[in-house]
This record gives sequence, structure tokens and C-alpha cells, in this order.
Amino acid sequence: MGRLAHGGTVLATAAAGAVRALVVPRRRRPTTGPDRRPARWQVVTVDRPPEQVLPGGRWPEPLRPLDGAVELYLRPAPGGRGTELSARPLGGRPELPGMAAHLVGDDPGLLIRETLRRAKQYVETGEVLRADRSRLDRPVVRR
Amino acid sequence: MRALCWEGAGALAVREVPDPELRNAADMIVRVRRSATCGADLPLLAGRTPFLAAGDVLGHEFLGEVVEVGPEVREHRPGDRVVVCAAVSCGSCWYCRQGLYASCDNGSTMPARAEAAWGQPTGGCYGHPSALGGFAGSHAEYARVPYADVGAFTVPEPLDDHRAVFASDAAPTGWMGAELGGVRPGDVVAVWGAGAVGQLTAQAARLRGAARVIVIDRHPERLLMAELHAGAETLHFERTDVPAELRERSGGRGPDVCVEAVGTEPDGAATRSLADRLGDVGRAERPLAVREAVHSCRKGGTVVVLGTFSGFVDTFPLGSVMQKGLTLHGARQHGQRYIPMLLRLMARDQLTTEHLATHRLPLEQGPAGYELFRDRADGCVRTVFAP
Ligand SMILES: NC(=O)c1ccc[n+]([C@@H]2O[C@H](COP(=O)([O-])OP(=O)(O)OC[C@H]3O[C@@H](n4cnc5c(N)ncnc54)[C@H](O)[C@@H]3O)[C@@H](O)[C@H]2O)c1
Ligand SMILES: [Zn+2]
Ligand SMILES: [Zn+2]
Repeated sequence: MGRLAHGGTVLATAAAGAVRALVVPRRRRPTTGPDRRPARWQVVTVDRPPEQVLPGGRWPEPLRPLDGAVELYLRPAPGGRGTELSARPLGGRPELPGMAAHLVGDDPGLLIRETLRRAKQYVETGEVLRADRSRLDRPVVRR
Repeated sequence: MRALCWEGAGALAVREVPDPELRNAADMIVRVRRSATCGADLPLLAGRTPFLAAGDVLGHEFLGEVVEVGPEVREHRPGDRVVVCAAVSCGSCWYCRQGLYASCDNGSTMPARAEAAWGQPTGGCYGHPSALGGFAGSHAEYARVPYADVGAFTVPEPLDDHRAVFASDAAPTGWMGAELGGVRPGDVVAVWGAGAVGQLTAQAARLRGAARVIVIDRHPERLLMAELHAGAETLHFERTDVPAELRERSGGRGPDVCVEAVGTEPDGAATRSLADRLGDVGRAERPLAVREAVHSCRKGGTVVVLGTFSGFVDTFPLGSVMQKGLTLHGARQHGQRYIPMLLRLMARDQLTTEHLATHRLPLEQGPAGYELFRDRADGCVRTVFAP
């Protein structure tokens, strides 16, 4: 597996299991000007092996809303705890491409984390848990 | 259907609300037969919990009959009588597989809210605001049960509803308290709070072989129950110096295990300390019983916090924890881990709980039932509603 970009394209493909760490080079932060560091990775640990998290390199359905907005990265979690699934916005911290900005809003971290959690839930339980529908959305009917 | 709804601080009403519906393939719908009040409802009732909305249905300790199952439900069929764990947990994440069901990663539909409050999202709980999942409560004619195979347990036939309903919440919480405390034969165990949770902690400590169990409260009828049903000694905290009494009864060592089963007392909140007023204004709670437990516990002993604290507490004796080498545990109950065993103990009469259902009322009397419970009036320990 390795690092995946938008659209589910596998940039660095390898056999499942041969997962390599992504080394993000440390750069000195410029003292002035906009923050050019890449955005922070948001990560969830999925209690399943990597090949079940992205079967055949495909993004699980709940991740699709982030298509085009993030890059994905995954590696095995230590201690047999499954897979660490990471995502970060493409295009660095402040400037999100138009559609991505629309999708991820002011706090891209939060939305990405929530989406990652839904993907994790889908892989672990087979579904995304749905809240009760609001009473405004449904009529009062007697059983 | 009819349901007991929270209307605003201190106000409840029984109203017509939409029936629950299957939302996930692993859901089922239960017709509620019994649903009990719990100490955890009191901060909700008082309006001290963020995100609780007018119209939300309360209740999380319940038992009922299965009426509809989703396509993925394997363990239950319509007609089954089940007790449902108050905690909503998926059964298949890493935490659930460790038996830490209340910490389930997939038990909530709005994990971000719990993350903001506690640093990590936790599992769900019925009848609580969205930080705990956003699932309607059980004080209603019907309830939706997500992850039905994980959270619902068939009740053995001879067991009475009023005994089995406490396998949902109070009994697993009490059992967990004794287990987290590592109670062993010969231990001296002190329990703060003689509500249902404290009493069942005392029974669990007894069953695990504790030599002495001492229960602390100020309601004589609750203390009497702890003596009768848990074989406990009791202390009235307004009439005695609790730490001195505990020292005396534990050979000067202090109890080996101290369990707090109090939480935030509605009437205890009146006097606010200076630190509270200057600091995190209005949000800090005063953990009186926790302070006393930490102070009283023997060196190297264990203190277990079962009471519900939602955020910050004021003046916590951290020095004592460090200087005495204490172990401090807290948890919401991991009921799925204990319920089958508890039902077996109940069926063998080794664990008895029906005396806790002091007030058995129709759901339509929900507001009055909560008033009794909140005010500890008329000897009320738990009101149990029958919709
Ligand atoms: N950890 C969990 O999963 C879990 C589950 C259920 C309940 N709870 C919590 O456990 C606590 C107890 O639940 P309950 O239903 O038995 O509550 P309850 O309100 O019926 O009982 C609390 C008891 O504590 C007593 N008390 C108050 N101050 C005290 C003090 N300083 N020292 C000794 N006793 C004192 C009260 O008089 C009362 O009898 C609550 O905070 C509840 O929210 C936690
Ligand atoms: Zn409870
Ligand atoms: Zn889980």
C-alpha cells in the first residue's frame, strides 16, 4: 500500500504488508510570510489489517466525500492494533482548492477526522451508525 | 408513542413523540417493559449538561420485549425478553475487543463532541445528549437498540423484570467498581453512596470475598438496605467523622479499596468554593466523596470513581494520590462484559436487586417519579416506570 492521493490513485503501490513509512522532511519554518507547512495529518486507527481498510486500493465509501481534497496514507499500527489511516488536505494549511475548501470548511481537521471515523466504523462494523431521525423529519405515527 | 421528555431545567413532561425506527441493519426495536431512573439523570434533569435539547427522551436502564429486528441481527427475535446495556457499543472495535465497551470507538453518532469535552470520543449511552451518541432514552413505549447483538441480552425465564432491569446499568457498574478496585478476600472496602450503584458495589465486594464492607451515606433507609442486602456496615456521614471511623474500622490502615458512587449531588452544589468562583466559573464540580475516599484510602490502595463527573472538579487532593502511592481508576460501565454473568447470579439469587425498585409507576407519572427520586423522598432509591 503506501501513499494515496485524491481519486483513489495509488501513488506508491506495494504488496499488502510491505507498507513503508512516509518520511516528512523537517523544514525550518520561515519567520515571516504565510505558513507554508503542510497541514497536520489526521489519523484514526482501524482495528483491521491494511488490506481490509483499502481493499484493492479503493477508498471505502464513507471517505469519498474527501475525494480531491485530501491525500491518504496508511501503515500498520504497532502492537497488532490494526492500521493507522491518515489524511491531510491537499494544498497545505491555509489555501484549500475551491471544492476542498467548500467540503472541509474552516476547520479541515475536524471534518477530516469525522470522515476518517466514519470510514473506520464502516470497515470495523460494516455500517456507519446513523443517529435517530429528528422529530421534524418524521411524522408522529402510532405503532 | 408516549415518552418522558426533558423540557428544560427541572422540567419533564410525558408527550407524544415519533416511534423509533430501524436506522442500521444491526438495530432492533424493543417494546419497553421497565425503565429505571439513575443518578446519572440528575445532572441532565437539572439542565447542567450541554447539548441536551428540549424534547429529548431520558432513561437508559431498561428491559423490554423485542418487536422488530434489522437484517443483521442474529441473536434476537421478536418476542424475546431482553435487558439492554445502558452503554451503546459496537462489539468489534479494539476497545470492545478488550472488554472496554464504554470506550467503544463506534458507539456514538457525534464523536467530535465528546472529543472536545474529554480529549477522545467515548462510546454511547441512551437518553443522553449528543456527546454520548445522540440516542433517544428508554422512558418511552419503544426504544431503538443499535448493535442489538452486542448490547441486548435475553433474560432467563424465571427472572423477575424488577430484578433483571438492574443488569442494564446499576449492577454492572457496581460489579465493575469492585473489579477495578481489585477487591480480594480479606479486603476492607469502603463505598461512598448507598444509591443503587453503591449498594450493588457493596454486594459485588461481598461476593468477591471482602472481609468488611462499609457503606457511607446520609439516608437511613438506603443504609439499612445496604446492611440487609449487602451485609455491609454503614456510616451516616452527617453524624460521624468518616475518615476517623474508617481508620478505626480498618486497624488504622485505611480501607484497601475505596469506591465513590456519588457523583455530583444536586443539593450539595450550593456552596461553591473560592477556587471554583475564580477559576473555571460555574463549571467545576466539588468531588466531596472523592476527596474523602482519597484521604481515607490505605497506602498503595485503590480508589475507584464511578460517579458521573462531566468535566472539571475543584480542589482534588493530588498530593495524597502521589504521596500514598494510590491507584486511581474511573470508568463508565463496560456492561456487555458482565451482564451474562450478572444474570446468572441473579437467577441463582446470589445477586438481588428488586428492593432497589422502591417506586414502580406507570410512565404517565414520569415527572412525579423523578421528583421522588431527585428529592430522595418517601425512601425512593429508584423509580421504575412501566410504559
Ligand atoms: N460509571 C458508570 O457507568 C455509572 C453508571 C451508573 C451510575 N453512575 C453514577 O454513579 C453515581 C451513583 O449512582 P446512583 O444511581 O446510585 O445515584 P443516587 O443519586 O441514587 O445515589 C447517590 C447517593 O450518594 C449519596 N451521597 C451524596 N453525597 C455523599 C457523600 N459526600 N458521601 C457519601 N454519600 C453521599 C446520596 O445521599 C445518594 O444516596 C451517580 O453519579 C451516577 O451518575 C455511573
Ligand atoms: Zn445510569
Ligand atoms: Zn466498539
